Amino acid sequence: MTPKPEPITVEIIVNGTPRRAVVEPRTTLVDFLRDHLGLTGTHVGCEHGICGACSVLLEGEAVRACCLFAVQADGLSVTTVEGLAPARGALSRLQDAFCEAHALQCGYCTPGMLIACHDLLSRNPRPSEAEIREAIAGNLCRCTGYQQIVEAVMLASGQEVAHV
Amino acid sequence: MKAAPFAYRRAESLEEALDLLATHGAEAKLIAGGQSLVPMMAMRLARPALLVDINRLPGLKGVAFGPQRAVIGATTRQRDLELDAALQRAVPLLPAALAWVGHVQTRNRGTLGGSLAHADPSAELPLAAAVLDATLVLRSRDGGERRLPAREFFLAPMVTAAREQECLTAIEWPIWDGPGVACAFEEVAIRHGDFAIASAACQIQCDAEGRCRRAAFGLGGVAGTPLVFPDLARQLIGRHITDALAREVAQAAAARTEPGSDTHADAEYRRHLAAVLLRRALLRAGAAPARAAA
Repeated sequence: MTPKPEPITVEIIVNGTPRRAVVEPRTTLVDFLRDHLGLTGTHVGCEHGICGACSVLLEGEAVRACCLFAVQADGLSVTTVEGLAPARGALSRLQDAFCEAHALQCGYCTPGMLIACHDLLSRNPRPSEAEIREAIAGNLCRCTGYQQIVEAVMLASGQEVAHV
Repeated sequence: MKAAPFAYRRAESLEEALDLLATHGAEAKLIAGGQSLVPMMAMRLARPALLVDINRLPGLKGVAFGPQRAVIGATTRQRDLELDAALQRAVPLLPAALAWVGHVQTRNRGTLGGSLAHADPSAELPLAAAVLDATLVLRSRDGGERRLPAREFFLAPMVTAAREQECLTAIEWPIWDGPGVACAFEEVAIRHGDFAIASAACQIQCDAEGRCRRAAFGLGGVAGTPLVFPDLARQLIGRHITDALAREVAQAAAARTEPGSDTHADAEYRRHLAAVLLRRALLRAGAAPARAAA
């Protein structure tokens, strides 16, 4: 007797607000955020865990939202790129540093990069360049603009940057 | 790249999970971190009809230390193991291998048991388990508990000795007693965090004079399963690990590999890498205690 793939009601706390929805079990967390909640800041890239564009914080830790079904996150808290800024219309210090250092070109990887770098700075407020590179190693920049991203994180953590 | 439809059940207890596995057999699949399974489902390489989520079962998480072994729950996060200072001292090869596994985002979610059960022949954790001859503890509703050495668990690429109705619950890692234990993990991949083209792992214990007392090593990515070489490891006992000895042993090990060819590397290159990486690993681990004792 094969079990039926019936929809399931989930409640996920997204950027501090509980959000309830009925989802198919196969709905990934990133599709839930984008298609059910309209939070299109989180990008979808490879959909199999390679590119990091869909990175979000799950219970405060960076994870790939394409490698997680929404049903697995039921009852847990998720922070997306929309939740990084202190207020609507404002930017976080890290986001501001991305602007200052020209750390984005096409912008496709930017939400994932911001999540990865935010996660790093929350654990390590003054990371070395090597630590920054390790933290973003799982995020592919299609424009290959990694150097400016590293510089933005140095800037955001109040460290000397040679080229900015 | 969306998974095919499936039914989902979050197990409230291990008994419930085992009951679902016994009832649904090959149609059911366990999920914990999902960092191997979800991509396979997205690519439709896996199409389970039922996912049984064991991620939140408290009894399957955490590290417990006994006198000669560390017992690690199957759903313990890779990231938690990587940052565990006590584990670093007790089973140094495991954190050394974890440094090569995926990225922070995947290690935050990925589990030890998941990586072992997935059994990718290029993956680092199966190699570490085979080298140290960890013991895998499997449970099923009708069969109770079964314990298998890692060297008998991995059968072929993505194929293990675990039965359909079994759940991997814990992994027991031997703790090498005494001073002078060092390890090394060497790997070549297209990008750091990718699956290895070839990898080598070793753990070595030397006496105060730098002579090898105990050794275990193996190779990954160069056959259908991780390879270990207990007979070659015995040749190191009582000797200083010199460049000549490391080279001789590494070449003997590489000669036994059966690598495949793909767009990244052909078989000959993989075999070459296996010898180079193993020599490096043996020298690094063999030299470390000598330096510390000096």
